[in-house]
Amino acid sequence: MATLARLQARSTFVAHQYYYRNSVVDVFRKKEYDAAVKIQSWFRGCQVRAYIRYLHRIATVIQKWWRGYSGREEYRLLVKFASCAMKMNFYNAMAVRIQRRWRGYRIRKYCFNYFYLKEYLRAVSETNDAIREALEEFAEMKEREEKKADLEREEKERDYQARKMHYLLSTKQIPGIYNSPFRKDPDPWELRLQKAKPLTSQRSKVKDKHWVSPNSWLECTSARSFPRSEVLPPIDRKQCQGPFRDITEVLEQRYKPLEPTLRVAEPINELNVAREEFRRQEWMRNVNDNMFLPFSTYHKNKKYTPLMHSSSKYGPNSYGSRHFRDENPKKWICDKDFQTVLPSFDLFSKYGKLYSKAGQII
Amino acid sequence: LHSGVMSLLRPLLLDVVPTIQQTAALALGRLANYNDDLAEAVVKGDILPQLVYSLAEQNRFYKKAAAFVLRAVGKHSPQLAQAIVDCGALDTLVICLEDFDPGVKEAAAWALGYIARHNAELSQAVVDAGAVPLLVLCIQEPEIALKRIAASALSDISKHSPELAQTVVDAGAIAHLAQMILNPDSKLKRQVLSALSQIAKHSVDLAEMVVEAEIFPVVLTCLKDKDEYVKKNASTLIREIAKHTPELSQLIVNAGGVAAVIDCIGSCKGNIRLPGIMMLGYVAAHSENLAMAVIISKGVPQLSVCLSEEPEDHIKAAAAWALGQIGRHTPEHARAVAVTNTLPVLLSLYMSTESSEDLQVKSKKAIKNILQKCTYLPALEPFLYDAPPNILKHVVGQFSKVLPHDSKARRLFVTSGGLKKVQEIKAEPGSLLQEYINSINNCYPEEIVRYYSPGYSDTLLQRVDSYQPLTN
Repeated sequence: MATLARLQARSTFVAHQYYYRNSVVDVFRKKEYDAAVKIQSWFRGCQVRAYIRYLHRIATVIQKWWRGYSGREEYRLLVKFASCAMKMNFYNAMAVRIQRRWRGYRIRKYCFNYFYLKEYLRAVSETNDAIREALEEFAEMKEREEKKADLEREEKERDYQARKMHYLLSTKQIPGIYNSPFRKDPDPWELRLQKAKPLTSQRSKVKDKHWVSPNSWLECTSARSFPRSEVLPPIDRKQCQGPFRDITEVLEQRYKPLEPTLRVAEPINELNVAREEFRRQEWMRNVNDNMFLPFSTYHKNKKYTPLMHSSSKYGPNSYGSRHFRDENPKKWICDKDFQTVLPSFDLFSKYGKLYSKAGQII
Repeated sequence: LHSGVMSLLRPLLLDVVPTIQQTAALALGRLANYNDDLAEAVVKGDILPQLVYSLAEQNRFYKKAAAFVLRAVGKHSPQLAQAIVDCGALDTLVICLEDFDPGVKEAAAWALGYIARHNAELSQAVVDAGAVPLLVLCIQEPEIALKRIAASALSDISKHSPELAQTVVDAGAIAHLAQMILNPDSKLKRQVLSALSQIAKHSVDLAEMVVEAEIFPVVLTCLKDKDEYVKKNASTLIREIAKHTPELSQLIVNAGGVAAVIDCIGSCKGNIRLPGIMMLGYVAAHSENLAMAVIISKGVPQLSVCLSEEPEDHIKAAAAWALGQIGRHTPEHARAVAVTNTLPVLLSLYMSTESSEDLQVKSKKAIKNILQKCTYLPALEPFLYDAPPNILKHVVGQFSKVLPHDSKARRLFVTSGGLKKVQEIKAEPGSLLQEYINSINNCYPEEIVRYYSPGYSDTLLQRVDSYQPLTN
């Protein structure tokens, strides 16, 4: 019991000592435990990492292989397309060549002839030049005509002036104003005055009217075609003394247009004219002007000229005379005539018996 | 004033003495001629029926005077002419046309011409009265004055509509008119050419009939006449014929008409030139062969002279239009136009504020048409500097088409400062202008493009500033 009491008194102390000794060790235990865990975990980590590295390496190998494969596929595709494209470009280029040639040919042959166009433009420019020249000539000619007309007008004007101033001509005693003695030679007006005819007070210019034939009634009766005398009598003329007729009547009578009788209307040589006419017609119509002479007595002295066709150097050809009409009895096979099936014409039965023997060569 | 005079003159018309009647009629005619109020007063004073009634029976002096009154009244306005028609004057005037005296015929034809001038209905009334065959007979008369008046009356009748022109043609007028072109009298030629051009302008068939009367090449001699109006009417006639079909234009070109018209343009000034210029435009518009024919006849220098010299806007507009028609077909045509340095003139006309709207529109169209085909670069370069943006787009487009293929042109483009100017152009990215600029830039190596881009000298200087030299 004492030990029990002793143990009980020491129990708490033992308990405390037990606890303390264990707890001291616990501190170390934890530490050691932690350290062991750390070492182990590090080692496990190494293991796992080595494994992962291994896996990575293997995976990389697979991926590398896969990427190379797919890259090569793509490359093959690329090459295929590139070669296709190259071929197509080549074909296109060749097709373009063919099309170029064809297009050029088609345009040149069917649509547009370049040389014809050039020719046409050249012809147009030549025509233009010709027209320009012609027009210039025309304009020049017009100008020349105008100048000539102007000159002529001036000349006429001066002439008229000279005729009006005729009295200024110099006489032997008195030199005129244009012939001053202090001048070396007289003024040209002086010469003009000498040449001019003096102007009479009557202005005798009758405008010449166009001649009107008496056949056209319309023009005859027009007021202008009525022929007037040169000088009309003054309107307020006193009636002349004497048995004179009215002046208008007289003039009417005087200028009555001619009404010829039928006899006079015909020309005097009408017979000859008619004959001439007839002769002209005949001459126009006839082929041969020689008169026809019917009988052979008119041709007695004429030598016969045979046709060229039927004659030769050696005498007349036997064409048409011997072979057509002549008969050669020696060649007949029998002396009977042909038997006719149909009754012949009367004329043919008398063939060879009616014609005269004149002219046949026996 | 007016009413007093009319009421005084009116009873004198009914006087016994014929001389007084004639003088009264003459006085009325002169009054009506002067002023249209007086003419209206003549109409209102009921004088016309009296005149018309007595026209039928009096002698030729009275007829002349009465026809003069009718002419004087009818010339002012369509209403007065209608009043004359309403009182039945047309039949009596037509009867006067059959008179023997040429003076009466002349006065009647003149009156009919003035009445028919105003509008188509009055012309139709004149034609219905049967005037046209008589006018054609009048043309054949020997008196020059009568011929002139008859030709001008026919011209006034046929100008309104194709049917009226056809009526005139059916009466056989064309052959006589064509013969009279050779007449030396210039006033007659004016009227005859005007009549033929009024006939030819309506349709192709009428124009062909006029051409069949063998007016070419005689008409070309009229282009060299001294009288300005003969030249104008002759070029009007040629223009009316040329504008219908390419075949008719071809005929005119083959007869050498283009050269004659160009010379005629060169020798005139002002409004006389206008029909000739329009004729060249019409001929060139039909086809490119005809435009080339116009070019080789030396038409383009003449047109550019017209464009720069003339003071009037409508003539300039016509010249610009004609140049546009010539240059729009192919690059050769555009080159021929551009070589004569007309494009800067056209541009300045387009840009100037003083030009009329018509001129601006026409010059813009001409520039656009020519630029779209122009490959002649020296002419295009000035455009880079002054042109407004809408034209600049076309210019740059042309450059972008030509430069990729021609190395000499590229060199020239750089040395003349064109590349520099192109870099300075601001364009929105994605627009057509930017594409053209890109394609031009692609023709050159990058250093050159950078060298010429604006602000390059500044960047170089900046690099100099920021450069640290290597210290060993």
